[in-house]
Amino acid sequence: MIALTVNGQPHQFEGPLQVQALLKELELTGKRIALERNGEIVPRGRFSDEWLADGDKIEIVVAVGGG
Amino acid sequence: MTANDQLDALTIAGCTYRSRLLVGTGKYQDFAQTRAAVDASGAQIVTVAIRRTNIGQNPGEPSLLDALPPSRFTILPNTAGCYNADDAVRTLRLARELLDGHDLVKLEVLGDPTTLFPNMVETLKAAETLVKDNFKVMVYCSDDPILAKQLEEIGCCAVMPLASLIGSGMGILNPWNLQIIIANAKVPVLVDAGVGTASDAAIAMELGCDGILMNTAIAAAKDPVLMASAMRKAVEAGREAFLAGRMPKKPYSASPSSPTTGMIGR
Repeated sequence: MIALTVNGQPHQFEGPLQVQALLKELELTGKRIALERNGEIVPRGRFSDEWLADGDKIEIVVAVGGG
Repeated sequence: MTANDQLDALTIAGCTYRSRLLVGTGKYQDFAQTRAAVDASGAQIVTVAIRRTNIGQNPGEPSLLDALPPSRFTILPNTAGCYNADDAVRTLRLARELLDGHDLVKLEVLGDPTTLFPNMVETLKAAETLVKDNFKVMVYCSDDPILAKQLEEIGCCAVMPLASLIGSGMGILNPWNLQIIIANAKVPVLVDAGVGTASDAAIAMELGCDGILMNTAIAAAKDPVLMASAMRKAVEAGREAFLAGRMPKKPYSASPSSPTTGMIGR
């Protein structure tokens, strides 16, 4: 199992998994998001190649209403 | 001669826009109302905030950009909620990734949560970093003419001084500073923050602003869609009045509009 912090909350996932698989687990596949892994942006083109490690901190953001 | 679309377009960072009214997407009842208000306003540029997605809640839920597709609108991500340059830069890098490389952004670095007044020191720092990273930066700022000019010199593509506090609806508190900023600027000047009703928007345009960004004035009106329509007209009216060149003010004597000769009974 891999322990990840996603948007500030602890999660456990069956490893190994890459970003693409994480998004599938979180039901975010195909959604317009941007993702950071340990403070670095992971570009969309790398989602299937970026393998996550135990202890990684992930931020996933979307556009919401604002002024 | 009326100001026609082609001749009086607003140009920001090399792109032209028919509408000089930019609107925010916060504080609405739901996405349907947001879209209806944006449509009524005629705005082509809309701001959005960047926030963590809700994990594990309603995966089928529609999102804001379904209601306001980037194919139809210019989406302008903001840095609302950022209190230092690092957070603002980080937020806009994420936004650029989110929006497939679109790099026209709104920078705001706040100084305190009560007034939401900009922290101008951090704003200058963030602007420098962002411009070096090839962002096209429209920057929310105080109405200090020196700082507005410095932001322009750093390379911001538009300066956006506040008229009054964000969400306050207090209107144009210092038209004099605004006019100084407009006179000195070589980039577009847009009033951002504090507009409350249609006359405020018209006043700002009459002063020579290139455009206006507003959110609460529309979203918090009793009838937001109707207010959006009013704002559209106010921005157009104020702009035409500015281009038409107003008559001079005469504070101490009148000037009759009707002939002073040929009156009957004399």
